Amino acid sequence: MSNEFITKLQLYFSYPFVWYALIVGLLIALCSSLLGVTLVLKRFSYIGDGLSHVAFGAMAVAGLLGLTNNMYVVLPITVISAVLLLRTGQNAKINGDAAIAMISVGALAVGYMLMNLFPSSANITGDVCTTLFGSTSILTLKPEDVIICVIMSVIVIAVFLLFYHKIFAVKFDENFIKAAGVKAEAYNLLIAIITALIIVLAMNLVGSLLISALIIFPALSAMRVFRSFKRVIICSAVISVVCAGAGIFTSIMAGTPVGSTIVVTDIAVFFIFCIVSLFTRRKA
Amino acid sequence: MGNLLHCQDIVLGWEGSAVVSGLSFNISEGDYLCILGENGSGKSTLIKALLGLNKPMSGMMIKPADMKAGDIGYLPQQTAVQRDFPASVREIVLSGCLPKCGLRPFYNKAEKELARSTMERLGITGLAKRCYRELSGGQQQRVLIARALCAAQKVLLLDEPVTGLDPKAQIDLYDLIAELNRSGITIIMVSHDFNAAMRYASHILHIGAHHQLFFGTTADYLKSETGRIFSAQANARDEKPEERTESGIE
Repeated sequence: MSNEFITKLQLYFSYPFVWYALIVGLLIALCSSLLGVTLVLKRFSYIGDGLSHVAFGAMAVAGLLGLTNNMYVVLPITVISAVLLLRTGQNAKINGDAAIAMISVGALAVGYMLMNLFPSSANITGDVCTTLFGSTSILTLKPEDVIICVIMSVIVIAVFLLFYHKIFAVKFDENFIKAAGVKAEAYNLLIAIITALIIVLAMNLVGSLLISALIIFPALSAMRVFRSFKRVIICSAVISVVCAGAGIFTSIMAGTPVGSTIVVTDIAVFFIFCIVSLFTRRKA
Repeated sequence: MGNLLHCQDIVLGWEGSAVVSGLSFNISEGDYLCILGENGSGKSTLIKALLGLNKPMSGMMIKPADMKAGDIGYLPQQTAVQRDFPASVREIVLSGCLPKCGLRPFYNKAEKELARSTMERLGITGLAKRCYRELSGGQQQRVLIARALCAAQKVLLLDEPVTGLDPKAQIDLYDLIAELNRSGITIIMVSHDFNAAMRYASHILHIGAHHQLFFGTTADYLKSETGRIFSAQANARDEKPEERTESGIE
């Protein structure tokens, strides 16, 4: 039985596409967990969902224009939307959550309308499903996709590490940091941009609807147990990478959809951490 | 005693409309200035102006040439986000050193030492590894004062610092602030708490609806008409303690 298992794994890992899926999957899981903590804390849990709908709309536009690589349309549109959303969060004319709802519902409707009016293939429902749930797109990655993903992940991780203390300070108390003469707006803008990059990356892995899960579950699990920002970040990165790895292996072996398998693993870990927190709280 | 700030007939506003006008006051080194005023009287606009985040619409605001943005350590009111933010006390105090970093990504030894000695000064060294959200209200304020002192050593601006604290913690915090003031730190405190202002402050700035009612020493304030009216009101309020706690929460 175990021999058979190993042979099957060996067989799968002789295919480059499995390696691509693993590399891309782990990198995206790492990136999304890094920013997940601050997004959850700033009540922007839904920004992943909102931006993914924007990306969905942008994909429909890209499909309409007949672009072969829709990344060139999706990426700029999503980044601009992210910046707009995170900025409205600070000025009170439209509340952050209303702005997210407005942009995401609008983009979803326009995208679906465009797909219906100008169908690029016969199977519209199938296309929508694939775009939203990501189904197997991670297993059909091309080497270029992997390179783009690696470059963007490295940028996101580098920015996060170099600005780690600034991100903490700005997210913990923007008023204090502004008063201390630090350009908080500039850092907010930077965080908005790398958030958008992560979400566009993540769409390739789990698809639009499951991105929020990838951003919030590791963060929520880590926040159950750990008490300092640094530990929460490290823990959520570890949870996210381990869950993504386990999810990808399971989906390969059991033939389940990649995205939802990863999220189910994340949910399982969340419940384990909830139980763990019951015991650690009692001790403290 | 050097002059820190001189304001002459300034008008403060928000998005083009004036909120409060006719403010004239002085802050010298070592002062303990208490800014009194009802909600909506423009206190938060004045805080922004003092911090250099909002320029006066008219009037003169003179600061010493060597004073720049960030030279005032600020203790903001708590936000909902902070109440569930996972952060250790040390991380928060250290974040007060951030302006010193500029573009440098990590804290250096001097900054870590400053954070350590400030925690010691405020008696929170034992809490360094604790989680901020699990501390009592009084301990949390000490942490935030430590952070403000890491950012600026000479002036502290405290925005309603005792809000939400129990009476014992309020007294402890007032004593701590008074002690910092005695050690040479200039204190600017925005407050609702009339009696504490009379007990601790050296100067009072009282803002009424959109204009200044009084500026001067606490002793002069008590003799002034404004001071007499408000001290009578405050004493009346003290006799109904329930109402008082309610206004303390907002």
